[in-house]
Amino acid sequence: MLTIAGRELRSLFLSPLAWSVLAVVQLILAYVFLIQIESFLQWQPRLPSIPNAPGLTALVVAPLFKTAGAVLMMVVPLLTMRLVSEEIRSGTFSLLLTAPRTMTEIVAGKFTAIVIFLCFTIALILIMPLLLLLGGTLDFGLLAACVVGLFFLLASFAAAGLYMSTLTAQPTVAAVSTFGLLLLLWVLDWAGAAGDADASGLFAYLSLATHANAMLRGVFDTRDLVYYVLFILSFLTLAVKRLDAMRLQG
Amino acid sequence: MSGDSLVSVRNLHRRYGRLHAVKGVSFELRRGEVLGLLGPNGAGKTTTMQMICGALAPTSGEILIDGNDLLSAPRQTKGKIGYLPERPPLYGELSVDEYLLYCARLRHVARSRAAAAVAHAKSLCGLEQTGARLIANLSKGYQQRVGVAQAIVHTPAVVVLDEPTVGLDPIQIREIRNLIGALRDDHAVILSTHILPEVQTVCDRVQILNEGRIVLDERLDALDRASTALRVAFRRPPGNEVLEGLPQVTAVEPVEGGRLRLEHESGAELADALAERSAAGDWGLYEMIPERHGLEEIFVSLTCGEVEPVATPNAVTTQE
Repeated sequence: MLTIAGRELRSLFLSPLAWSVLAVVQLILAYVFLIQIESFLQWQPRLPSIPNAPGLTALVVAPLFKTAGAVLMMVVPLLTMRLVSEEIRSGTFSLLLTAPRTMTEIVAGKFTAIVIFLCFTIALILIMPLLLLLGGTLDFGLLAACVVGLFFLLASFAAAGLYMSTLTAQPTVAAVSTFGLLLLLWVLDWAGAAGDADASGLFAYLSLATHANAMLRGVFDTRDLVYYVLFILSFLTLAVKRLDAMRLQG
Repeated sequence: MSGDSLVSVRNLHRRYGRLHAVKGVSFELRRGEVLGLLGPNGAGKTTTMQMICGALAPTSGEILIDGNDLLSAPRQTKGKIGYLPERPPLYGELSVDEYLLYCARLRHVARSRAAAAVAHAKSLCGLEQTGARLIANLSKGYQQRVGVAQAIVHTPAVVVLDEPTVGLDPIQIREIRNLIGALRDDHAVILSTHILPEVQTVCDRVQILNEGRIVLDERLDALDRASTALRVAFRRPPGNEVLEGLPQVTAVEPVEGGRLRLEHESGAELADALAERSAAGDWGLYEMIPERHGLEEIFVSLTCGEVEPVATPNAVTTQE
């Protein structure tokens, strides 16, 4: 599995796509970061007088990670679209199909590669809040919750993207459908808020937004963790089943 | 050279919905044999090869590779097969070394031996000088060689090559053929091609697939032996013993119209000798027609609907 992950990661880094993604994301988030710092500086004089006021971390770092989640929701599909679609399109998938490897190993290898790449992304984003230490103090608990929350959120995006990639031989179709799926799952809780109480509970649970927001507030709830793990495992299992079906149907 | 049975395919079927692409293909292949798979487009050659390599699951049938069942124990068995599809599965962004190392590790070649295996595969395919080059920058001929290299880097028992010489120039074609010749010692090779002369130069055995069925499964030398004869007619024929006594003539039989059918050894050029003897002996030779059942003729006759049983009983038994 590590062999497959290694090659996938190497191909990712050899492609201009990955580097441009990292650069663009960094640029956008840096801009957002600066805006948040600006707004914090405007609020700063008034904060001591407000009871239970949010601190530096909550005002600057949490919005940063929230924006990162939104931006990466658009960007992760572009990274995952190639994972299987490109291999099918260029004929290299037969290399994996005829190798003495199970579909589970293949899916796990590809997922690991993408997750490692996303860890790089998170590390790059993390540099910015850490720079705040130069001038102020950080709530490391909240920061940790944000990082973990973002990590699981991105891993979920990646799992969904990987599954969508197995469904088509056109990488662009995979990207578009992944984005559509993620958007749908994100806004699912809007429907819940508008509708009646019973349905809204289910929609709220299914929505990615609910769990992401919880983490961003610093609430590390194992229920959110379980949700993410189930989400990821479901999509990875679907991907394995889909690859098996491809071998059977031809 | 006959060795142990490396490929045993029994009653392979493959359906794509209503299309019955492969209908009951069965054969056996031993170590040291090079099998040429021929057939018109759409006959099921690629499908059959993909099933043998594990890229496609058959609808029914059994495939044994070196004694292991491919369908029930794929992880153990797939490591014994090397496959080069029509489009070599190359990653353009990797260098030749990186790619071959990946292929070796993918097939469970131990880390300690992977580098040596890659070097050996490269030397067999003439890729020593191109190790650091990106695959995307190589010419088609070299890319094809890398494709063959990935099929042999893990020293599989069975090597399956789907049209390995398509698009190559004559020198490269010859090099690939030499390579296949070098492979035959330790492996069983299945080769699919449209180029009939290629089958004749490289393969020991030929199978012709038509509409999903094997219509010919024969050793090449047997085919050659059974298929050369000369039809002659003399105004004043000498006795059959005289004709049989001619060098390279193996049999003489009378056929309709007062003609004689002279069977001779394959490759024999009887025409000149016969004309000279006929003139010297005043036999009055007025007709001489070579009866050529070349591979092309056999192919065309078998795949265009007329079933001409040129195959000897040998073919039937190998299918069982």
